[in-house]
Amino acid sequence: MRRIFQMLRELRRYPSAVGGLALIGLLVAISIYTIIAIPYPEAIRLWRGGPGVWDDNPRNAAPVWTDLFTADRLPRTIVVDNAQGGTKTVEPLPDGRKRIEFALRFDYAYDRFPSEIVLFAQAPAATETPMRTRYSVLWRFPNGQEYQVASSRSMRASESYYISQDLSLVQNLGATGEYALFTDPAMKAVPVKDRAPLKGEYTVVIRAEVPAEADFNAKLVVYGRIHGLAGTDHRRRDLTVALLWGTPLALVFGLVGAVGTTVITFVLSGIGTWFGRWVDTLFQRITQVNMVIPTLPVLIMIGQFYSRSLWLMLAVFMALSIFGGGMVTYRAMFLQAKEAPYIEAARAYGAKNMRIVFRYLLPRIIPVLLPAFVLTVPSFVFLEAGLAVLGLGDPILPTWGKVINDAQSQDALYKGYYYWVVEPALLLMITGFAFSMVGYALDRVFNPRLRTV
Amino acid sequence: MPGGNALRFLRYTVVRAVTQGLAVIVALYITILIVNMGGKLDDIRRSEIKLSVATAITTNPANADLPPSVIKQMIEERAQLEYRRLGLDRNFFVRSFEYLTTALSLSLGRAEYLFSDSGSREVRRIIAERLPSTLILFGTANLLIFFLTLWVGLALSRRYGTWIDRLVVSLAPTSAAPGWFYGIFLLLIFAAVLRVLPWGGMVSAPPPENPWLYAASVLLHMILPVTAMVMGSFFSGAYGRRTFFLIFSSEDYVDLAKAKGLSSRALQNRYILRPTLPTIITGFVLMVIGLWFGAIILETVFNWPGIGRLYYQATNTSDTPVVVGVMVVYGYLLAISVFLLDFIYGVVDPRVRVTGGTQRRL
Repeated sequence: MRRIFQMLRELRRYPSAVGGLALIGLLVAISIYTIIAIPYPEAIRLWRGGPGVWDDNPRNAAPVWTDLFTADRLPRTIVVDNAQGGTKTVEPLPDGRKRIEFALRFDYAYDRFPSEIVLFAQAPAATETPMRTRYSVLWRFPNGQEYQVASSRSMRASESYYISQDLSLVQNLGATGEYALFTDPAMKAVPVKDRAPLKGEYTVVIRAEVPAEADFNAKLVVYGRIHGLAGTDHRRRDLTVALLWGTPLALVFGLVGAVGTTVITFVLSGIGTWFGRWVDTLFQRITQVNMVIPTLPVLIMIGQFYSRSLWLMLAVFMALSIFGGGMVTYRAMFLQAKEAPYIEAARAYGAKNMRIVFRYLLPRIIPVLLPAFVLTVPSFVFLEAGLAVLGLGDPILPTWGKVINDAQSQDALYKGYYYWVVEPALLLMITGFAFSMVGYALDRVFNPRLRTV
Repeated sequence: MPGGNALRFLRYTVVRAVTQGLAVIVALYITILIVNMGGKLDDIRRSEIKLSVATAITTNPANADLPPSVIKQMIEERAQLEYRRLGLDRNFFVRSFEYLTTALSLSLGRAEYLFSDSGSREVRRIIAERLPSTLILFGTANLLIFFLTLWVGLALSRRYGTWIDRLVVSLAPTSAAPGWFYGIFLLLIFAAVLRVLPWGGMVSAPPPENPWLYAASVLLHMILPVTAMVMGSFFSGAYGRRTFFLIFSSEDYVDLAKAKGLSSRALQNRYILRPTLPTIITGFVLMVIGLWFGAIILETVFNWPGIGRLYYQATNTSDTPVVVGVMVVYGYLLAISVFLLDFIYGVVDPRVRVTGGTQRRL
């Protein structure tokens, strides 16, 4: 054991190993932070999304730091609702309803157009009424011009009015909402690509006629084109959640997989070689059968026919890897080690079988195991990603591979949402390289035959 | 005793062949059980058939006046007929062994949903149609990787400690990422940003009529996947070969030969390459087997119409015969190659004696 620690200390001489260990430390730190900041159930809830969770996020928005690389100021999301400032006037109408009126004000100072405009309207009533709420939306441009976006639009308890999808805007102003409502209405005939947004203070006046017992509130969201540290995906989810949670998941998957398979294979092959006879034969036969079963196809079958749970996949993959190539390699080494004189000596003084295996036989080969074990971690990390890219990722867990898969199925590269692919891919690469750098350095330290060359 | 040796050799051969054959059978049977979900897939199929039969009968206007009990009986009869046609009326246990025997006899049966481009339902034809595309892509890439790493590894082992050696060693960790992963980056750079190379597929659509142009188009589509595969394994491969050759060139007999004053080329060919041949051949054979399955993920990323993609489509549609068919081909190839490897060892490496098998090195 002391010898191993001595060798590990030697790792300090390898800059790549030091760098790799630093990266692994960083990843572990991120994982700990993530698990504390976003507890597991919360992460799953956020990743599942659903109504109300990500409503205020823009769709497919690039990360905010892309702003640094463009000359223009990119629009961020603006959320205004009548709860923040502004006065709300209420006046009763002769037919028993009442009229509620208020204005939503916001400043627009960006050089590009927003990505979407949505008005979330709510008319909560104490009881269900057969009467409908009707409301109108008046858009006032910074230059004082006005445009009636909607008049007497009817709704019940709540509504999401996708203003940018309203076709009447295309008809009247020559462009979809997000362009039409941010340029001078006089530019009607100008094609969208030649327009520039009109900067200044916009006012959206909302007038609603509601049943007497109801209230009326509205929230206007002018979705930007950049959001958060990592951007958002097609379901408005903040990618930061997935990128953060992908870290502990990748580390756990990689480490459990690598430790599990390497150690079990190692111990089993040691036992098999030591006891020989039927134990050895049995292990050899299992290995022989197992080598004919291709692993990835079996995983695909499991994913397709049974379950896509990440942990089931891990278990199956481990089960299939235990009796694999490692069994054959280790066996050859153990066969050699078995004949060593010191084992002969141990047997002579009457050591028990298991004692010989665990105290003498296995430790002798550990130096070979260590690099192999570290080098196995990346393959597990990329296995998870690969399964996810095939669409066999765990449906509820936010992993890096899942993000890449989403991006691929939404043609992110084709549409130019590069951040969506690059961010998880870089993290995968960092994780893979970190372990691999340490592994190769270990290989050089623990491969004594090479150092004499 | 040559006679005794021959007998032992024969016994060894038979034992190896039988165990390898048993391994294939067991592996295939496990595959069949998994693909059929232990028989559950049959239940799903039966209920699917019943549903389609029921809708066909109840929506038929000719049956509108019939009483419900008659309709129910009609559905039942028609469904039973359909079960019998597809063999679903028999016990799954019996069916699983039928699957196994059809699979082992290599008459791979007929696909349930998939069909070949020429419209055939025969699994054999479907596989044969996809095989060339996998072979051309993975053959090119793997041969390139194999010979490149062999050559570079040998060259580096003779330049141990030089800057180029240190460069390759320090780049070895790049192979932690598999080929498909680099594929995504290559697509990002060359297809998305620069728009100079195709996004995937094997030929441009529509395929050119002229065979030369067709070949050129295939070559163009191969650039990115082949590069991705090379990136995914070149450096660690070269590193591995270099270390391997270094270990072998530190053997005593190499030192002896060096002391005898042999030229470095002769030294390399006779004293380093020769004893390492078994391992190199193993690597080559295993690589050739690996070819067949291609890399399912790489074919998915590049939308390459090969065996891996076929396999994936087959699992997606639960097309049992096709899944089993692909696995059969793979199982046989692997078993035969492992079996053959033992003999190649005996031929090229005099140190490995063909005896009880305890001396096997793989």
